[in-house]
Amino acid sequence: MSESSAALGDHSIPYLPRGVRLRYDETREHWSLLGPERVFKLDQVSLEILKRCDGEATLTAIIADLAVAFEERPETIDPDVRAFLQDMQARAMLTFK
Amino acid sequence: MGMSQASIPAPMGMLAELTHRCPLLCPYCSNPLELDRRSAELDTKTWARVFQEAAKLGVLQVHLSGGEPTARQDIVELVAHCAAAGLYSNLITAGVGKAADKLDALEEAGLDHVQLSVQGPESGINDFVAGLKGAFEAKQKTAAKVAALGLPLTLNAVVHRYNIDKIEELIALALRLGARRLEVAHAQYYGWALKNRSALMPKRAQVMRAMETVETARARLKGQLVIDAVVPDYYARFPKPCMGGWGRRSLNVTPSGKVLPCHAAETIPHLTFENVLDKSLSEIWYESAAFNAYRGTDWMPDLCKVCDRREVDWGGCRCQALALAGDAGETDPVCHRTGRHHEILELAESAAEEAAEIIYRGYGGSTQTLSRADS
Repeated sequence: MSESSAALGDHSIPYLPRGVRLRYDETREHWSLLGPERVFKLDQVSLEILKRCDGEATLTAIIADLAVAFEERPETIDPDVRAFLQDMQARAMLTFK
Repeated sequence: MGMSQASIPAPMGMLAELTHRCPLLCPYCSNPLELDRRSAELDTKTWARVFQEAAKLGVLQVHLSGGEPTARQDIVELVAHCAAAGLYSNLITAGVGKAADKLDALEEAGLDHVQLSVQGPESGINDFVAGLKGAFEAKQKTAAKVAALGLPLTLNAVVHRYNIDKIEELIALALRLGARRLEVAHAQYYGWALKNRSALMPKRAQVMRAMETVETARARLKGQLVIDAVVPDYYARFPKPCMGGWGRRSLNVTPSGKVLPCHAAETIPHLTFENVLDKSLSEIWYESAAFNAYRGTDWMPDLCKVCDRREVDWGGCRCQALALAGDAGETDPVCHRTGRHHEILELAESAAEEAAEIIYRGYGGSTQTLSRADS
């Protein structure tokens, strides 16, 4: 469990742990994050963040990539991305390494 | 009913009660008092069709439950059918018997998650409540196997008089077994638990202490262990929004194929529940009288209709309204706005003072009892 309780830093590599996955919900026509007895409806921004949590990209790289995609400055989106990832981690829907 | 099909939300989750057979005898079992026998159980092919229909209807997650789901010889095949239908599969197991031995194959078939029940944090309480010696040891082996396979694990503990003072120990057990999630589910008093209310009901002070312990641990273990609690509603001021509203988010298929809005719904005698052998899941969800009986807000008594919490609590639990107020169409009397809340409190407090013996679950409404000294 030490892995999942690690703090989120610039070099952290977030990923969806086993038992958590992205799925397009055809009935409701939106993306969802499925986990143990949990379903989160995702908006466009949260989907784009989670898509980049591939177990290879660092937080810094993810933020840089999102900044390009959303035509924002990295420092503008940084706090929101961090807060979202931390919240997902507290819900055991995301792990950092 | 005033709801058209377009305004009825599609279900998100399905509880598939594959069998009522179980090696455990828990006295609060959520199965009905009249258990389905093996001969009445749906076959593999029918379940496979039901999973396909569920996915098409909008169900995302299937909870494979029982009884003990691994008592089904075709459990691996059933998990594979869930995966083929694109469903997230959750195995709700007692972790005894053949459960641990089947995990390799279940994982290979695409199982997503395991929820393991414990009746207590050590073998004494656990095996006494479960009515099975050696159960705790078997559960620990199952948990170790789940961890070795890398599958995510949730520990579920139904909480009552016998284990409510052991919340810290249950949390420690969850951490030791490598669970990511712990469910602290205060017993809900229908069916078997209602029969055992005077044996299981904890005191109010115990419930308050248990809830505080959970709150404190949640903060302490943030990011390490998720703790979910099902509230003990006899002592609450507002009722629980049972199932997130009747026929709104989930459905339950019994071993013999009856489709219910919740696992206790058969306690409401005037409702007739349709069977997957006769109709599609979609027809039953959208059109059956039972699913439409308490759906939405049209059915509500005036007290609920004008209430600002009508779409928060959804009138509370229909089965509890029947059990405690004598009418499934009444407001759940747990709600303090009914003016009956004090009666429920008194009921709980007097049940908590009684020292009734446990009646274990069993076929034919078993009255087998076991005193603490025998365990």
